[in-house]
Amino acid sequence: MTDKDRQELLKQILKKQETEKLKPTERYEIPSQDMPEQDPVKRRDNVNEVAVGYTETHARLEAMRCLQCKKAPCIKGCPVKIRIGDFVSAISDGDFKKALAVIKENSLLPAVCGRICPQEVQCQQTCTVGLKFKDPTKAVSIGRLERFVADLDKNNESVPAVAVETGMKVAVIGSGPGGIVAAADTRRAGHDVTIYEAFHKTGGVLVYGIPEFRLPKAIVQEEVDTLTKMGVKIVCNFVVGRTRTIEQLMKEDGFDAVYIGVGAGLPRFMGIEGESLVGVYSANEYLTRANLMRAYDFGSGADTPIARSKKVAVIGGGNVAMDSARTAVRLGAEKVYLVYRRTEKEMPARIEEVHHAKQEGIEFHILQSPKRIICDENSYVTAIECLKYRLGEPDESGRRRPIPIEGSEFQIEVDTVIIAIGNTANPLIRQTTPGLEFNKWGNIVVDENCKTSLEGVYAGGDIVSGAATVILAMGQGRIAAAAINDYLAKKKMS
Amino acid sequence: MPHKIVSKRQLSEDVFTAEIEAPLVAQARKPGQFVIISINNEYSERIPLTIANADPKRGTICLIWQRAGKTTTELADMQQGDEIANVTGPLGMPTHIDNFGTVVCVGGGIGNAPLLPIAKALKKAGNKIISILGAKSKELLILEDDFSQISDELIITTDDGSYGRKALVTEPLKEVCLRSEKPDQIFVIGPAIMMKFCCEVTKQFSIPTQVSLNTIMVDGTGMCGGCRVEFDGRAKFVCVDGPEFDGHKVDFDLMMKRLNAYKEQEQQAREQYKKHRCKIGRDK
Repeated sequence: MTDKDRQELLKQILKKQETEKLKPTERYEIPSQDMPEQDPVKRRDNVNEVAVGYTETHARLEAMRCLQCKKAPCIKGCPVKIRIGDFVSAISDGDFKKALAVIKENSLLPAVCGRICPQEVQCQQTCTVGLKFKDPTKAVSIGRLERFVADLDKNNESVPAVAVETGMKVAVIGSGPGGIVAAADTRRAGHDVTIYEAFHKTGGVLVYGIPEFRLPKAIVQEEVDTLTKMGVKIVCNFVVGRTRTIEQLMKEDGFDAVYIGVGAGLPRFMGIEGESLVGVYSANEYLTRANLMRAYDFGSGADTPIARSKKVAVIGGGNVAMDSARTAVRLGAEKVYLVYRRTEKEMPARIEEVHHAKQEGIEFHILQSPKRIICDENSYVTAIECLKYRLGEPDESGRRRPIPIEGSEFQIEVDTVIIAIGNTANPLIRQTTPGLEFNKWGNIVVDENCKTSLEGVYAGGDIVSGAATVILAMGQGRIAAAAINDYLAKKKMS
Repeated sequence: MPHKIVSKRQLSEDVFTAEIEAPLVAQARKPGQFVIISINNEYSERIPLTIANADPKRGTICLIWQRAGKTTTELADMQQGDEIANVTGPLGMPTHIDNFGTVVCVGGGIGNAPLLPIAKALKKAGNKIISILGAKSKELLILEDDFSQISDELIITTDDGSYGRKALVTEPLKEVCLRSEKPDQIFVIGPAIMMKFCCEVTKQFSIPTQVSLNTIMVDGTGMCGGCRVEFDGRAKFVCVDGPEFDGHKVDFDLMMKRLNAYKEQEQQAREQYKKHRCKIGRDK
């Protein structure tokens, strides 16, 4: 569909709507609007955002595809219960301000979530339009619409109102998505809020983990700026547990409540031979060097180096694996292989990410997994030795279990290996916070209100749930903030 | 919040020390811990440096570094009153200080800097301290006076014989191990190769030996895993599991290879920086 066709179609529909409402069958006939993207060949050489964003015409046409179902199955799929039908309807009317206001009732970071939420397994999974076409990619593109209205609010003019100062102090540990939401919501209630961040920059996984081409840093910075405008204090280079402990924050520094949102922490390795060779990275390290430390600008400003790889193997099938592979392409690798022990169907990555990765020339090696990493006499990686796998019966995750095929060893020649198989909990808070209860995996134990075993201490995100998503962390940040606000209100009364 | 350089001194040709404002780190820090610094907020790399000393009252920490890569060269060019954008810490597990009995503290080159606070704490805990300090030449020996104040016995070696004994530190170390009063505990901090050979000596005598490792790091809080070493056949993170380890179980050969992973890029960055410095005449 050309831009002209699109404009023509919108004009026709708007004219029609002057006299009568669109019938569902007419809505089904509106073609689903693809996301305009940077050309796959060109984008291999830059770190600019791949998905360029909807135009007004795209957005209004896409919004008109929504049937405004009474049951609103989409809202049930949204972890923060955005009134989806209402904001989509406002877009189809061309009232973008209203649309954003509706979203912001429940989500503070629409520009982030519109980009990186896995909508296809949340709101869009249950969308009636998608079900009608028996194709989830034909569902109303709720995420793209969310992003569209969020991006219109470039200067983030809509700063949330802050209640009268309560004189109560809240410490938020970690400035990732959960911390941002918890800080905003407790600040809105009038508390004196300070965010402590271990890195020199705010945003957590949104800035060190998710690449620029998927989520521009400027967008995250705007969200953090909103916090500052609201009066939230931000302290970087502060490692809670090392610089100060939670006990010190509460007993000596006068904090009445603490939210722990430190994220997952330590990268998981496979435990195979050769994992500490030169050229083997955790995805965390590779992405942090490339994103936060801007290794892509090494030699023209940035000081942080990264391997000058020609052939890269990324191990894993999640979003982080896709991000790593696509980053390697942008850093100049000639060949990038994605090695995954199950099939594409079982990959935890978003379909969109898999699609983008393939477009950019990443070769998928499915039903394979490395057995050992091989090096030259200087300990530099030269190859990985893999085993082939087949799928057996479903395991506890519901996915079919990969079974190695004995004697199927073969080698892939590479100079860099990036291991993207998840994280384990960071032990820092555990080692330095007596009385705080953890489960056997090292994650903090909380109740349904995100309250921990210590009074006044709340937690959410990956340090509680293991590896999850940005929106889940945000959801927990919101629940915890509500509980903190309740707790502090009671504390003030007594 | 930027960190002002309160004072700065050159200790030898390539070794510098500075007192830097970092009140929270100064308060929390214990022997054996380190900080991660970056000079400016946008493009600088993050490098780990051991805290040589701290003054909680003045709110300052003392860092000692060797001019080697781009960042340490840039740091050496900074002057009193200049500011460092980021200082994070204290990081790592503090040294386990105990009354072991007789302790040998072996320092090599710049390693004397992180070794000093540990030796001081060990002395305070009631240990007999035998210090062995090695350097390439007399000019490159640092902190001799500080060590002589806390050591029951001080042995100096230089590679070229310009001062003390002409030997590597392993020679006197072996002699001390052979004494009838065998040492109970050994601490070694210095270049990787020196720690490797010291550990080979002490292993023969089965004397527990702690080493402090300084690998390449990014975040310093366990998140990236770039600092990992092979320890007893398993990967350990220097930033959160260390920086101190039982030296008899560390794979030093692999660690040294990993330390050289960015040699080419480091050289490029250093040369670029030097060229740039000449152009803008950064000599205050």
